[in-house]
Amino acid sequence: MTARKEEGRWAWRLTGFVTLCVYIFMFAPILATVILSFNASMFGGFPMTGFSLQWYAKLMNNDAVLSAFRTSLWIALVTAAITTAIGVVTAFALVRFEFPGKQALSTLVILPALVPETILGVGLLVLIKAADQPRTMLLLVLGHIMLAVPYVVLIAQARMVGIRRVYEEAALSLGASRFASFREITLPLLIPAVVGGALLAFTISFDNTSASLFWRPAGVETMPTQILSMLKISISPEINALGTVMILVTVGIPLLGGLILQSLTRLKRRGEPKEETT
Amino acid sequence: MNNRWTLYDPRLAWMLIAPVLLLLIFFLVLPIAVMAAYTFFTFVTAGVETSTLTTANWQEFFTDSYYSGFLLKTLRVGAITALLCGVLGYFPAYFIWATTFKHKWLLLLLLIVPFWISFTIRTFSWINILGEQGVINVALLKLGIISEPLPMLYNEGAVILGLLHFLLPYMILNVYVSLEGIDRTLISAARSMGCTSAQAFREVTLPLSLPGLAAGLLLCFVLAAGSYVTPQLLGSGRDALFGNLIYDTIMGELNWPMGATLSIVLFVVLGFFAAIYTRYMGMSQIVKGLGG
Repeated sequence: MTARKEEGRWAWRLTGFVTLCVYIFMFAPILATVILSFNASMFGGFPMTGFSLQWYAKLMNNDAVLSAFRTSLWIALVTAAITTAIGVVTAFALVRFEFPGKQALSTLVILPALVPETILGVGLLVLIKAADQPRTMLLLVLGHIMLAVPYVVLIAQARMVGIRRVYEEAALSLGASRFASFREITLPLLIPAVVGGALLAFTISFDNTSASLFWRPAGVETMPTQILSMLKISISPEINALGTVMILVTVGIPLLGGLILQSLTRLKRRGEPKEETT
Repeated sequence: MNNRWTLYDPRLAWMLIAPVLLLLIFFLVLPIAVMAAYTFFTFVTAGVETSTLTTANWQEFFTDSYYSGFLLKTLRVGAITALLCGVLGYFPAYFIWATTFKHKWLLLLLLIVPFWISFTIRTFSWINILGEQGVINVALLKLGIISEPLPMLYNEGAVILGLLHFLLPYMILNVYVSLEGIDRTLISAARSMGCTSAQAFREVTLPLSLPGLAAGLLLCFVLAAGSYVTPQLLGSGRDALFGNLIYDTIMGELNWPMGATLSIVLFVVLGFFAAIYTRYMGMSQIVKGLGG
């Protein structure tokens, strides 16, 4: 019996050890990048020769980077807003309604997440070439929206399933319009999914590389394509600084959003009687 | 009953879905259809093609071993990556599920954080680890173990490592979601009937978590086989994968019909694997895994 227990403990220790290694594996390169961004050395690598913020200063004066950053920020904001609006409405329809073709539609909606971006990228390009249309900013944004739609719909759907329809039906039977019941009842209950979906859509757009390489209009660089073209020239410490700034933006914003959300729900819970959503 | 029918009128549902549906038709369905037609167009010279129908592109694809070699290499890299993800990802998923650690949410959050960090940055950050001036080489040189930096970058191993780094969170979350779905009393039951913990794992937990593992394997395989950025940044020219081939054919050689042909090939091949998977497992596990 003790031998068996011993065996189980070793297996558990091994599991813990591999887990630790995987976490180190996941974060070591990112950590190295952040550390190196403060390196005083002229070369983008170890050893550290001293602490310096010069690469950040250089970054702030790099017009190409700044304009790529602004472009990406705008695209991501527009993508997040539109994707969340149309995605939440789609999830509502897919959960609440029964209609022929619903199953096929649910599959179609998640396809952009499963088809490799290279294929989506080439496909759209071939289509606009066949239609003799130029590559425009609008096309790039709509493309990003398509890439983010599956995630927003899935998140909203998962939350939607947990909201009982009797709440909306009660509002409707009391004379609320369809839109009013959605706005007053369903949407507030969906808020966590709305915020979560919007944040994810933002990061998906801000981070998109492969498809943007195909879709961007001539001369336009988004942040990731700018990084790619910088990497093609040389690996300067400036890129490490840029990476660190990007990490701050893309990790900081969702974390902040999560914190705000948490305090919001805490505030609400204090004001309302306990409710059952499942 | 009659009232309920008008309340959930399918016409309203279609109106609500219309924006997303239109977007998907114009940006997903139609492009793939047009691309399929393009594979039969005639390539004249860079950037120019005529709509004279020909099977030349397909003949070139099937007769030139250059293309099939690329495809096989891509599938091999995808399979190796997916398997490594499965083996390495199962442990953390199991650990997070089984641990009594109070701040379990933190472990889960740390798995989601990489999704937020730019994929390009995560990939190039490996240069700081594996490069000539990376952590490993500098440390080994300082310690006097090696006198020349080891060439660890720009080979297939580095590409697989980068893909692993990108795909492990997908795998761990997929397995974790399916472990979470297991009724824990089943394991207690197995233990109380005399199973050792290893037996209980083998006979109960592992089989019940297989759907999540399978979904993770499919997802990792498809995403690895379709990757473009990782081989571009961490591989040499010889380590290019099918995605790079497609990009170069279209953006470099401007051979659109051939690029379309290659895209359709990748689409069909990966779709074939996805179809086998859904035939046995259904779509629901993938949906759960993607939804987080």
